[in-house]
Amino acid sequence: MDWTWFHRFGSPPHFYRIAGKLIPWCAWLAAISGVAGLIGGLVLAPPDYQQGEGYRIIYVHVPAAVLSTMAYATMATAAGVGLIWRMNVAHAVAASCAGIGASFTFLALVTGSLWGRPMWGTYWQWDPRLTSELVMLFLYLGYMGLRGAIDDTARADRASAVLALVGVINLPIIHYSVDWWNSLHQGHTLLKFGKPSMPPSMLVPLLLAMLAFVLYFAAIVLVRARGEVLRRERNARWIAELLGAPS
Amino acid sequence: MSVPAIKGVSPGRAGWLLVQRDLRLGLRRPGEWLQPLIFFFVVTTLFPLATDPELSRLRDMAPGALWVAALLSSLLALELLFREDGQDGTLEQLAVSGLPLPWLLLAKTCVHWLLTGLPLVLAGPLVATALGAPYASIPGVFAALLVGSSALSLIGAVGAALTLGLRRGGVLLALLVLPLAVPVLIFGARATSLAMAQEPMAAPMYLLAAIAVLSATLAPLAAAAAVRISLE
Repeated sequence: MDWTWFHRFGSPPHFYRIAGKLIPWCAWLAAISGVAGLIGGLVLAPPDYQQGEGYRIIYVHVPAAVLSTMAYATMATAAGVGLIWRMNVAHAVAASCAGIGASFTFLALVTGSLWGRPMWGTYWQWDPRLTSELVMLFLYLGYMGLRGAIDDTARADRASAVLALVGVINLPIIHYSVDWWNSLHQGHTLLKFGKPSMPPSMLVPLLLAMLAFVLYFAAIVLVRARGEVLRRERNARWIAELLGAPS
Repeated sequence: MSVPAIKGVSPGRAGWLLVQRDLRLGLRRPGEWLQPLIFFFVVTTLFPLATDPELSRLRDMAPGALWVAALLSSLLALELLFREDGQDGTLEQLAVSGLPLPWLLLAKTCVHWLLTGLPLVLAGPLVATALGAPYASIPGVFAALLVGSSALSLIGAVGAALTLGLRRGGVLLALLVLPLAVPVLIFGARATSLAMAQEPMAAPMYLLAAIAVLSATLAPLAAAAAVRISLE
């Protein structure tokens, strides 16, 4: 198999250019599918027979929760690639994922507790999903804290990459242990809505909203990673050429 | 970077020598490893003071108090694990010795557990009794702490290696290690509360042991990678 594309992608100028071309596509498609998903979810979809209008927060909550995990997976994959192939661009991507992932996690927690208020009657329930989401927020904060505490960029990259990989092994363990813990302590949640088959009028907007979140995430990661690459390569010749400075 | 291994010293022998050295150094300074133990006693004393001294009430929260205190005091002890050897260059020598670094770090972590974890395990049943655990539950409390504290030491070793030589190491160490220790806390406290209720505690104990074995397998590798990065 030909791996040159992979190594080409690791070259900062190449990444910078490709990312610059991808960003508008991701951003516009995110905007379109986001508007479509919101209209479909907030206006067109019928109210739920049990939860009435309150359920509509899933069009923000579920994508945010999915993205919080996806951002962690992306971050850990990029960190692993950076650690194994010593690829600076991959570390830049991992560094850009952390803040966004933490924001999505926070958003999922806030929307979850806002949803909990009408459904459970309380803002916070020690529900396994909420709890493991909270632990994930702490993992993100630890990752960002470690990165911030190390001044040398190369060392910060590699140390935080090890932490991200340790976190990936631990995340499923934390998730299942929290599940287990809660199923023992608490009989059942006040309102147990399993995952019944959703009618398409509810499901399609949800999928659209999810697509919008994923594309938005991709766009923001690319913007931030471009900034990271610029910061890391600030003395490189290709940047001077890019800006048309006389060399 | 790697140089040929020191002639005539097998990894097993080197690990054993390291265990002896660390034990000797540790035993010369009892103050350092006794502090986490005292901290453990103080924290568990605070729980009854902050809530309700009635034994029947204390019994409900005894497992939680015991495990939170054990977690915090093992966290406090973690700073001792690599700090001195990182400062005086011993870790660097271990890293370039050509011997497997994960193995050597595992040896160091074992000694660290002997000095700071084992006292907690021995003190745990005493504290549990003071918090209202029945005498019959002592073996169970002991077993849960024995397995759980070794997992805590191993997980903590990764965090200690990652924060090696950092200025704000202490608080950061807590932020890194505590989320990773959540499963140990859950299963350990559950096993303890089952033991106190005189019920079979095998299920959480198996899971706790699984976490300990997994940590013993993977944590030294991660810690070795982190130590090498810190030394760069």
